[in-house]
Amino acid sequence: MRLTLRVWRQRNAEEPGAMVTYDVDGISEDMSFLEMLDTLNEKLILSGDEPVAFDHDCREGICGACGVVINGDAHGPERTTTCQLHMRHFEDGDTVDVEPWRAGAFPVVKDLVVDRSAFDRIIGAGGYISVPTGAAPEAHATPVPKADADFAFEHAECIGCGACVAACPNGSAMLFTSAKVNHLNVLPQGAPERETRVLDMVSAMDEEGFGGCTLAGECATACPKGIPLPSIAAMNKEWLRATRKASRR
Amino acid sequence: MALATRTERQPSLTRSFWGSTVGKKTVMAVSGLIMLMYLVAHMLGNLKIFFGSGEFNAYAHWLRTMGEPLLHYEWALWAVRVMLLAAVVLHGVAAYQLSRRDIAARPSKYVHKRRRASYATRTMRWGGIILALFIVWHLLDLTTLTVNENAQPGRPYENVVATFSTWYGNVIYLVAMLAVGLHVRHGFWSAAQTLGVGNARRDRILKTVANGLALVLTAGFVSVPVAVMTGVVG
Ligand code: HEM
Ligand code: FES
Repeated sequence: MRLTLRVWRQRNAEEPGAMVTYDVDGISEDMSFLEMLDTLNEKLILSGDEPVAFDHDCREGICGACGVVINGDAHGPERTTTCQLHMRHFEDGDTVDVEPWRAGAFPVVKDLVVDRSAFDRIIGAGGYISVPTGAAPEAHATPVPKADADFAFEHAECIGCGACVAACPNGSAMLFTSAKVNHLNVLPQGAPERETRVLDMVSAMDEEGFGGCTLAGECATACPKGIPLPSIAAMNKEWLRATRKASRR
Repeated sequence: MALATRTERQPSLTRSFWGSTVGKKTVMAVSGLIMLMYLVAHMLGNLKIFFGSGEFNAYAHWLRTMGEPLLHYEWALWAVRVMLLAAVVLHGVAAYQLSRRDIAARPSKYVHKRRRASYATRTMRWGGIILALFIVWHLLDLTTLTVNENAQPGRPYENVVATFSTWYGNVIYLVAMLAVGLHVRHGFWSAAQTLGVGNARRDRILKTVANGLALVLTAGFVSVPVAVMTGVVG
């Protein structure tokens, strides 16, 4: 099949960018969206042009590197990552717009590549547990109720791709942060740092310049891993609980 | 098991609460819920207009003698007014600051436009501004009687009829009451999320209550101008 692509081209963070139109031929419907971009880049390289820069790594939907906005939707029309999106979801002759994640906290580095290190700093503020190193502990030493394990696992699915921020009209990182907070806060292993984790991660999130949550719900719709919107309410509950505890100290 | 490696956090609690997006949203949720409770009482009180001038004006007088003889004349009323003023100011200031931040967090728009979020969600900011302007107009109209021609102090029934005998009075109130309905529809459910009482199981019931409150408030408030326009109240 043949597509008309309109791709955001931007040489670097300083220079302004613009949408540039390309015709791409010879696309198989079994290709992934990234393979379709590879096809475009091969053509660009052969004709001596600069290939389109985009992030990718695993190409199997687990690393979270590959986010772009396709026709206004983060990761495109299907609920999956861009690397797992297949061209059969498009029609021959379609015009497809490809843009980078848009958020103040995610500045464009080049073309479709944005700097997502703000997420790393949120994780650095509390998205971990402190454990003495050594041999793996005995699995039954710390029992976890099934419901809690399920809740933790649901949130552990977050791959940190940033689609939630890209989709949010306020460029808010609440869904990402809530996934990370909820994942660890519900588990006994996360309990010693339960309060500092949520307070520190929320304040790191604010310091990075992400917007606040107006509960528009776009984040949860865009999330390729299905982190649900109520995760945000669950994190708010943790934050209020931690704040109450801090006020009594 | 893990070792506790707590960082000491020192900033004053009020500072860090107000300085946090989550804390500021909490202030919005609580002040919004206070205003919402007031609105329900206000709407129910308004319905007394259907029992005639004598009963409505007596009710309005009672609002001033509430709490007597323990309290002095109008003390209870002023207590409510002070609380509402605090709620409106906190809500408005937090909304302004959060909105500024949200807009700054999304400096460049997508070229490919797509309609996002529901109507009630998208109109929170404009709806809020309409409500703020309406609150000012409403006080000038029926509390201070500044903009209400033919108004007489102590005769609220007649003043309400005077308000809804002008076309602009009707338009202003009808628009504002639709705005209240939309604002409450998204606001009530949002407040539940902000305060951490929302979850997947309760989502349906919270949305139903939000829609119910929005509908009952709008219908109840709107019934008064409609009654005056149709001559049921006059
Ligand atoms: C002074 C006039 C008002 C303004 C300027 C205003 C503005 C806003 C805005 C912009 C939001 C979205 C907040 C955000 O950005 O996160 C909001 C939420 C809300 N509003 Fe208002 N509003 C006003 C009056 C009212 C009234 C009269 C009520 C009472 C029913 C109310 C109840 C709420 C509630 C419950 C929320 C949700 C808070 C949350 O999300 O936790 N507001 N308001
Ligand atoms: S490239 Fe790893 S998730 Fe898409």
